[in-house]
Amino acid sequence: MGMGQKAGSPQYFNEMYDGAAVRPPYQGLEAWARDMPVDLRTLKQGEAEALFRRIGITFAVYGEGGDPDRLIPFDMFPRVFAADEWRKLDRGVKQRARALNAFLADVYGRGEIIRAGRVPAHLVYRNEAYEKAVVGIKPPKGVYSHIVGIDLVRTGPGEFFVLEDNCRTPSGVSYMLENREIMMRMFPQLFRENRIAPVETYPALLRRTLSSVAPAKCDTPPRVVILTPGHYNSAYYEHSFLADMMGVELVEAQDLFVEGDFVWMRTTEGPQRVDVIYRRIDDAFIDPLCFRPDSMLGVPGLMNVYRSGGVALASAPGAGVADDKAIYTFVPEMIRFYLGEEPVLQNVPTWQCARPDDCAHVIANLADLVVKEVHGSGGYGMLVGPRSTKEQIAAFADKIREKPWNYIAQPTLALSTCPTFVEEGVAPRHVDLRPYCLVGEEVQLVPGGLTRVALTEGSLVVNSSQGGGVKDTWVLAE
Amino acid sequence: MLSRTAANLFWIGRNIERAETVARLLEVGARNALIPNIGGGFRNEWDAVLQAAGKAEAFKAKYDEPVQRNIESFLFFDQDNPASVASCVEAARENGRIVRTALTGQLWDALNTGYQEMRELKRTERSKLSLSDLTDWTKRHAALVRGAIEDTQLRNDGYDFLYLGFALERGDATARMLDVKYFTLLPEVGYVGSGIDNYQWSTLLRALSSNRSFNWAYGGEVSPGKIVDFLILNRKSPRAIITSAEEAMDHLDRLARGYGRSTEAQTRCRALVGELCELTVSDIFDEGLHEFLTRTINEVAALSDLIHGIYLSGDTR
Repeated sequence: MGMGQKAGSPQYFNEMYDGAAVRPPYQGLEAWARDMPVDLRTLKQGEAEALFRRIGITFAVYGEGGDPDRLIPFDMFPRVFAADEWRKLDRGVKQRARALNAFLADVYGRGEIIRAGRVPAHLVYRNEAYEKAVVGIKPPKGVYSHIVGIDLVRTGPGEFFVLEDNCRTPSGVSYMLENREIMMRMFPQLFRENRIAPVETYPALLRRTLSSVAPAKCDTPPRVVILTPGHYNSAYYEHSFLADMMGVELVEAQDLFVEGDFVWMRTTEGPQRVDVIYRRIDDAFIDPLCFRPDSMLGVPGLMNVYRSGGVALASAPGAGVADDKAIYTFVPEMIRFYLGEEPVLQNVPTWQCARPDDCAHVIANLADLVVKEVHGSGGYGMLVGPRSTKEQIAAFADKIREKPWNYIAQPTLALSTCPTFVEEGVAPRHVDLRPYCLVGEEVQLVPGGLTRVALTEGSLVVNSSQGGGVKDTWVLAE
Repeated sequence: MLSRTAANLFWIGRNIERAETVARLLEVGARNALIPNIGGGFRNEWDAVLQAAGKAEAFKAKYDEPVQRNIESFLFFDQDNPASVASCVEAARENGRIVRTALTGQLWDALNTGYQEMRELKRTERSKLSLSDLTDWTKRHAALVRGAIEDTQLRNDGYDFLYLGFALERGDATARMLDVKYFTLLPEVGYVGSGIDNYQWSTLLRALSSNRSFNWAYGGEVSPGKIVDFLILNRKSPRAIITSAEEAMDHLDRLARGYGRSTEAQTRCRALVGELCELTVSDIFDEGLHEFLTRTINEVAALSDLIHGIYLSGDTR
């Protein structure tokens, strides 16, 4: 196999090969991949799969039926960042997380950015994710979104774009940790030869972050819990994994109740007070008295306790208004407005179909664009123009005309590629990156994240629900 | 500890022990079916197994003939039967999944591996699986789970709830197996002491993996009196009812000490142990073995309800 083939199509940035030369961060991997016999590779791949299955990491896709214990494919070829590349990402991600939190504090407070005319009022106050019940509440330390997942793509050596922000409950961090665990178990040699920054500190940092936002009323060491919808949820593995690594209780709504000014959990020793709830359930299901009376999942009265400062919720209800795809366009503006800085990471140019001019442009150029639903996630209900038939495009155009406000469009980005093990050997496949930023008393980022890879040749969709896989993500120490 | 966590740990114990009991019952049935049906008045051996498992009605509703293949399907594989080995193994894994954080990696591994292997067994052609493969597999799986608990679990309250589940289920199981042998399998007093009778007794011991132990403890001759002593009153026997009751008491005491609160469950359990300590074999036969066993089974159920109310429901303030 020639080097040209390895580098793939020149229109995409290959993170490992610059022509025939190997870029510095990947130098430790070239010989490793080249010298690995096919049978050893097959053996290791099988071993990795068995490990994943045994620890029980599986991913269930809502509405797809089939095997609820499906595995997300794990690709053994790591994705590597040099120290200086990471420095920039680190700065950019933290900056964005701070700005998003400032925005949330603002829109549930005085709304300065709207008065200043920088963000249109209707996009915020008429947003489905905007929670009126939260207006005027000041959460501890002023933090609304404690775990911010920023989805990034790369198109060139120094070019990173933010695809979307996740301010509610970004998932996938357990893969970041388990991918590393499995790579270290299978290829200890690589970790001796390369100086790879550790990600194992994440659970401890998360715990510290959550403890740091305990309510003022809490006069003992804060009791932190993770609130899960239950073991039928597709991310349940992650909830239990994090609880385990953090050493906190994993509770369901049925384990909690409100009495007096506090939230309590049912234990074998009687009720115990809960101070910080890292909730992995949606706003609508937190408290049936406040949000959805038909919800079986919530804790009745929880919002009252939250309002009176008896418990902290991470993330705050209503945090979703900051990660909405229509608000996304304004994040660079937020960074300038609240922080007085220039954005380190760029947004992808985005057309709002709600604007008539944009909408006309989008419909005229559908074949070149990616169109997404404003509130969609997981790669559902989207159109990838260059990979769609004329009929699909025409049908999608009708959907946009029907509900223009429901869609945004972006150019198809030339996502970078990373070498990936495929049937025929090693080949470039497109990747993205989600680092997890922690916001409490401090803003912190572990050196790493979740790299998702589109395993199908030529595919640009990395979502695990659409046949994507995951990779271990290395940040080389300086 | 969360009450829900405690409840799931308790049920891991019960489910694993129950899977093993059902497998052992299947073994008793299979062996008994090998002896010729000479009495004429015997009920079908497989019927007796269904009675012991408390599943005769449920079986009749779904299958026709109580023949080995149907019984195997029903008691080992059937998803609709909540007490089948498959259901118990899957339920135990589900209990484990819910309280993943309260388990060590090795214990989860054991529960999960069992579940994966069960899925494999279900996909395997039935003609390739002998009954002894199935029962051996079940016993091995239960042993792995117990070993993982013993070797790796923190000796905290969770450990006590796990073992309470095992202890109550085992006490109940031994009582049921004895009952099936004595009451269902050998309905006429005339057969007591006959060759068939002895054969059945030793099959029962064999199914409880206690044949050798019995010989070591009592030497040679099998008699109902010795067996009743061995399986009810002898502390040396790991499956004796008294052993299970004392184990339950130990764990209830540990919980009460740990939580600084004594409970009605302790009192009730202590009364049961006290009674068993005082009893002799002839007391039991005077009361009637069947009557005694029924009473014991009810007592275990009452104890289980108490534990639920005190610890597992989360309603106690």
